[in-house]
Amino acid sequence: MRMGTQSNVSWKRPRVQSFAATALVVILLLLSSNQNANALPAFARKYGLRCSACHESWPMLNYFGQKFKDNGYQLMNDRDAPIWQNPAYWPVTFRITPIWHRLSTGKVQTDTGVTRITSSGFDLSGLDFHTGGTLEKNFSFYVLPSSDPTASFHFETVMGRLDNLFGSPWLNIKFGKFELDNLLSEKRILTLTGNGGIYQIYHFRPVGDGNIFGQIGDNELGVELMGHSYDDRTRYSISLLSSNDGQVGLPYGANSYTGFFAASQAFDAGKAGVQRIGVYAILGDAPTTWLTNMGNPIGGSGTGNKSFHREGFVGQFYFGQHVDLQVVTQHGWDNAWFGQGYGDLIDASTLGIAGLNNTGGTLPAGSRAPTWNGVLFEPHYVYSPQLIFIGRYETIKMSQQANGPGYMGGTGSASNFGDISTYTVGYRYNPFMTSRAGFAWHNEYNWLHSDGTSPTGTNINTSELLIGFDFAF
Amino acid sequence: MKRLNQEHFFSVILSFVLVAGFTVARAQDVPDVGPHPPTPPKAMESHIGNLTGHSQDAKSDYRRYCAGCHGDLGDGNGENAVWLDPKPRDFTIATFKCRSTLTGILPTDEDLFDTVGRGLTNSNMPIWNTFTRQQRADLVAYIKTFSPRWEKEKAGDPIKIPAEPPVTIESISHGKALFTKLECWKCHGPQGKGDGPSASTLTDSKDQPIRPYNFASGGDDSRFKCGSTNADVYKIFITGVDGTPMPSFADVIQPNDAWDLVHFLRTLQVNRHSKENDVLKAAGGKIPPYVEKQAEAPASQSGTRTAGGGN
Repeated sequence: MRMGTQSNVSWKRPRVQSFAATALVVILLLLSSNQNANALPAFARKYGLRCSACHESWPMLNYFGQKFKDNGYQLMNDRDAPIWQNPAYWPVTFRITPIWHRLSTGKVQTDTGVTRITSSGFDLSGLDFHTGGTLEKNFSFYVLPSSDPTASFHFETVMGRLDNLFGSPWLNIKFGKFELDNLLSEKRILTLTGNGGIYQIYHFRPVGDGNIFGQIGDNELGVELMGHSYDDRTRYSISLLSSNDGQVGLPYGANSYTGFFAASQAFDAGKAGVQRIGVYAILGDAPTTWLTNMGNPIGGSGTGNKSFHREGFVGQFYFGQHVDLQVVTQHGWDNAWFGQGYGDLIDASTLGIAGLNNTGGTLPAGSRAPTWNGVLFEPHYVYSPQLIFIGRYETIKMSQQANGPGYMGGTGSASNFGDISTYTVGYRYNPFMTSRAGFAWHNEYNWLHSDGTSPTGTNINTSELLIGFDFAF
Repeated sequence: MKRLNQEHFFSVILSFVLVAGFTVARAQDVPDVGPHPPTPPKAMESHIGNLTGHSQDAKSDYRRYCAGCHGDLGDGNGENAVWLDPKPRDFTIATFKCRSTLTGILPTDEDLFDTVGRGLTNSNMPIWNTFTRQQRADLVAYIKTFSPRWEKEKAGDPIKIPAEPPVTIESISHGKALFTKLECWKCHGPQGKGDGPSASTLTDSKDQPIRPYNFASGGDDSRFKCGSTNADVYKIFITGVDGTPMPSFADVIQPNDAWDLVHFLRTLQVNRHSKENDVLKAAGGKIPPYVEKQAEAPASQSGTRTAGGGN
């Protein structure tokens, strides 16, 4: 009732142009459709294990599930090859989430001024069709056609795997489009709201930054060498990726690549459980210069590569059977050209936005490489395998703005311009727990705060309340 | 506006509290599939080295990882059991395949601890080496709550395994003769492929069809159900595989004879690199016929000849 009352409230603001606010709304809409996740009842059906064997709460993997994945979706009990399956077995799972949600976005630019837009109603997530498993012992695959809520499909994952090369678990190769080896997997995130359904730290870009290629939360095209100890306590991975944000058709650079590295070590801590700490780093380059035709950038012609990197620590800490804490940190750095908006001219052109093309000029005085630091805390309380309470707090602070002192003769951007903080709380309740299907009653609230990015230069708060049925079969 | 924001905030919190409270009330920490235990199981302990496992600490892990196959009552009737072959272990009768104790005797806690961490090849039992040692010890204690045997009987002592003698073509030859004499081939087949004349008639102690082990299957990483080393194979002869037609040979085979049999069986694993296959290859790839006098000659191999390693 109160929500209904408040949803009619709006605030009139002076009309001020702001690309940042409009872009924020567009990003939120895009992100709200990007909730595909990997949880496969098809695997549970194949092996006769309950969802809870591999998932702390589906779709989030537990340690055993991580080992299963690292072994190429194999239990390594000599029953992994398809020859052991009923010929009628077809490893397909679908997942979709009907929801009701209430989204409230502050300080949106409209023709009548800057105002808060609040809306609520029934809605749908996208639809995922997961299919994956073994083609033969140590040969596996994963294909994930994924749609947005309007049923427009794309390939979120397409890969083949060769595992245990030369009989060693330290040599496994993945080829195609896949999720980067993030210990805290965004594709297996437990939350569903537009801002809470992603890890902000995996996608952060400073305001006005043109580099879309450093988002470690997006599935990427490339090849990965991965290895692990027999018990998966020690893990490493090295990936060579195209700097194209996972987009097919070589749409961006002529010759741009990115490397991703991750390693971790787990420790037996007795009754507390297995603790894991790790590091990751992504280092790459991406184009800023484009050939054009009638002023429009030509896909695949991007040169003038500039570099970027992000690196951080990951921790998975368990305090007995009921409480755990996931931690990710990040230090990010983009070349100053990206900071000034150079980079993804292709998508800007598609959206009708006048992007920037690096045609040999120089950057304005005061231009600097944007850098930032962020941290993510995600505690869980696992009441039982059927009920999990989720919390998350993320904060990302700019440590160096792209527009420094003296930029355009001014003082540059405020030190906190574009900082974000967000928290999410929620829970998932699975009324049944079998090896055949997954169903969760999901309730979640997210709040996001962004500094100085409103059309008036003030802060923006966005919130979302979501209730839904999340199911997979 | 500030008042509205506060109301909004508190309404969100209230809705969470109400719905979460309802959900917690529904999510009792009891099995949701199959029959519920009539009474809480008696607390048990396990002892693995310096570790002490407590059954009450494994309740959640058992439900999360084990109950789907072994059932909430430990009777091997989890919701997946009907689809599995071989069937999950029935903990209520406390009969276990992989033991270091003689046939019919309860296994040691270490035996169960090792089985959980090793998994059982050619079955749906995974390798649960992702648990902490404490978790595994707790699960062993929990498994023991399902059968009254653990209260009435004591676990046996582990058999003694004498040192393995060197692998020779003679030991392989003798092992092959034993394979014939002891009629292992009737179930396992002349080539060890699990296709002997009795193979199709075998059932386990619960009248479920069971296949003899196929030594020729698998590659260089092939394992036996109860381990992968020669000592593990030796142990299988002496202890038997309880609950299956595989008997104990503790009373009919001498230790060195058992080692000879181990050496021969390794040569049946044609796709696996082993010292036995190296010796066989060096001898031209053929096992010479066993000559009785070799068996009567004083043993050159090391190791004691105590039968079966303990009674």
